[in-house]
Amino acid sequence: MRGRLDRAFGGVLWLGLAAALLLVMLPLTTMIWGQITGDWPRLLATAVEDAVVSSILLTMYCAAVATVIAMAFGLPAAYLLARYEFTGKELVESVLDVPVVIPHTVAGIALLTVLGRHGLIGAPLADIITFVDALPGAVAAMLFVSFPFFVNAAREGIAAVDPRLENVARTLGATRLEAVTLVTLPLAARSVLSGAVMTWARGVSEFGAVVIIAYYPMIAPTLIYERYIGHGLVASRPVAVTLILICLTVFLTMRVLSRRLFTYDRAP
Amino acid sequence: MIELREVTKRWQGFALESIDLEVAEGEYLVVLGPSAAGKTLLLEMVAGLHSPDAGRIVIDGVDGRRLPPERRRVGFVYQDYALFPHLTVLENVAFGARFGQGLAREDASRTVHELLARVGVTDLADRSPMTLSGGERQRVALARALAAKPRVLLLDEPLSALDQTTRDELRALLRSIHRNTGVTVVHVTHDRSEAASLADRVAVMMEGRLVQTGTVEGVFSRPTTEAVARFVGVENRLEGTITEVGEHTLTVRVGEKELAASRTDRHTVDDKVRVYLRPENVTLLKRKPKSSARNQLPATVTSVEPLGHVQKVELDCGFTLVALVTPRSVEELGLVKGASVVASFKATAVHLLPY
Repeated sequence: MRGRLDRAFGGVLWLGLAAALLLVMLPLTTMIWGQITGDWPRLLATAVEDAVVSSILLTMYCAAVATVIAMAFGLPAAYLLARYEFTGKELVESVLDVPVVIPHTVAGIALLTVLGRHGLIGAPLADIITFVDALPGAVAAMLFVSFPFFVNAAREGIAAVDPRLENVARTLGATRLEAVTLVTLPLAARSVLSGAVMTWARGVSEFGAVVIIAYYPMIAPTLIYERYIGHGLVASRPVAVTLILICLTVFLTMRVLSRRLFTYDRAP
Repeated sequence: MIELREVTKRWQGFALESIDLEVAEGEYLVVLGPSAAGKTLLLEMVAGLHSPDAGRIVIDGVDGRRLPPERRRVGFVYQDYALFPHLTVLENVAFGARFGQGLAREDASRTVHELLARVGVTDLADRSPMTLSGGERQRVALARALAAKPRVLLLDEPLSALDQTTRDELRALLRSIHRNTGVTVVHVTHDRSEAASLADRVAVMMEGRLVQTGTVEGVFSRPTTEAVARFVGVENRLEGTITEVGEHTLTVRVGEKELAASRTDRHTVDDKVRVYLRPENVTLLKRKPKSSARNQLPATVTSVEPLGHVQKVELDCGFTLVALVTPRSVEELGLVKGASVVASFKATAVHLLPY
């Protein structure tokens, strides 16, 4: 009886995993397989089309810039949240997670309000930088929606590093900054890198916020949307498949690398 | 060298209450106390990792508020070693030499190799700390702390996670480091045998307070409270009444028996007292000896319990008395349940506290 229950429990676990995989894989593989078997020449032609290639490169570039900015601000924020207790900390953590829970079109409208030509930030910076229908707008939108992914991953990584390692480093003569940069960050590097990869991937996949603040220059998700509205599935699907194949390759490579690097805490 | 004056701190459920403590240069001080007494917090405060809520810490005459941890020249060794897992053994020790002494690469390398040799881990220099045994890690942690040339070594339960053999080896290493470098050591532990074998002086800490400080002999044989007596292993804790105050001794009635204790001016006839006697100070004999011991009580063995290198013998001599004797004595005296013996101890071994 006990053995049968154990087997049933194992079965439920595998069933759950299979359902999760099916949920993700079914639409994607159907789309990719359909394109490859149904209209292979159009996929090839799309993959080398100037507008498609430049929009995919632009998407990846904007997401990379957003990731670098997220890291620059996110690391200090993550360290603070991981190491210190302060009044209102839970509220701060909730606020930082807001971009994950609001519809991204709402995020786009909020950003447009602040970064637009008459916005709180957009107006005073109007002579220096333009956000609306410009690359900085796309970066800002990607940054807004993906920032929580980086902060949360980095915070968890830093929190997992024993603070006593920093203590020891300081008693050995290292300043606080040296202790953090030479001890804590290398040990949290895997989580930080993993967070950066997720941040970049989230940036690449963003559409709702970007389309409102920066329809142009056209990033790949906007291009796919435009072709779908203008010419239907036949025109939009090859672009979607090209984007997915390129981005998945980059994402999976970085993900694997981030998991294999910085494995100090694993005994051989 | 280190002075704590009325230091109070509350932190993550731990509390230190009005700690007054002085540690002299070159001294080996053991802070002895049960778990959750606040010992680690005390060490971390000396290291400058926490600031007192009240009171002050002075190091070499300088107020601790003006000394961040990196300028205190204290080496910290945690129970679980806290080695940097992303650095090799050599790099861990070099970290101390580089930041603590500001040594250039070549000088640091010489210092590091000398230290690795001193703690006996030269052949582990290129290994990751994750691949080392507990004893090896603790040796590396010691070498790393020493590499910064500290004036004070703070040891947080450094031997607690180790097996007995390794613990004995590391005790010897700690003794040798202290003797050869003259470094001041503050070592916290809950293990009284560690305190007995290493300390110049012992400070007993309970529930965030320092309750007694003194020499090992002083604290272990003359505890100032019932809780300290219990913690330092005074197994014979009795209650009695003073019946006579002589020129050099006092007589205390315990049950139907009378015991002799050294005279103090604190007690007068009819005072109720607590009577403390370490089990190591009780000698068992076949018959009454012609010795100088003032207390010789006929007793019956009620139980014999092996404790490794000694055996614990419980006796009934009108009250329960515990003695620690060698297995050889157990054999020679035929100490089995029901055997008749004489329990003998000196008046100076009997310690009295007001009830």
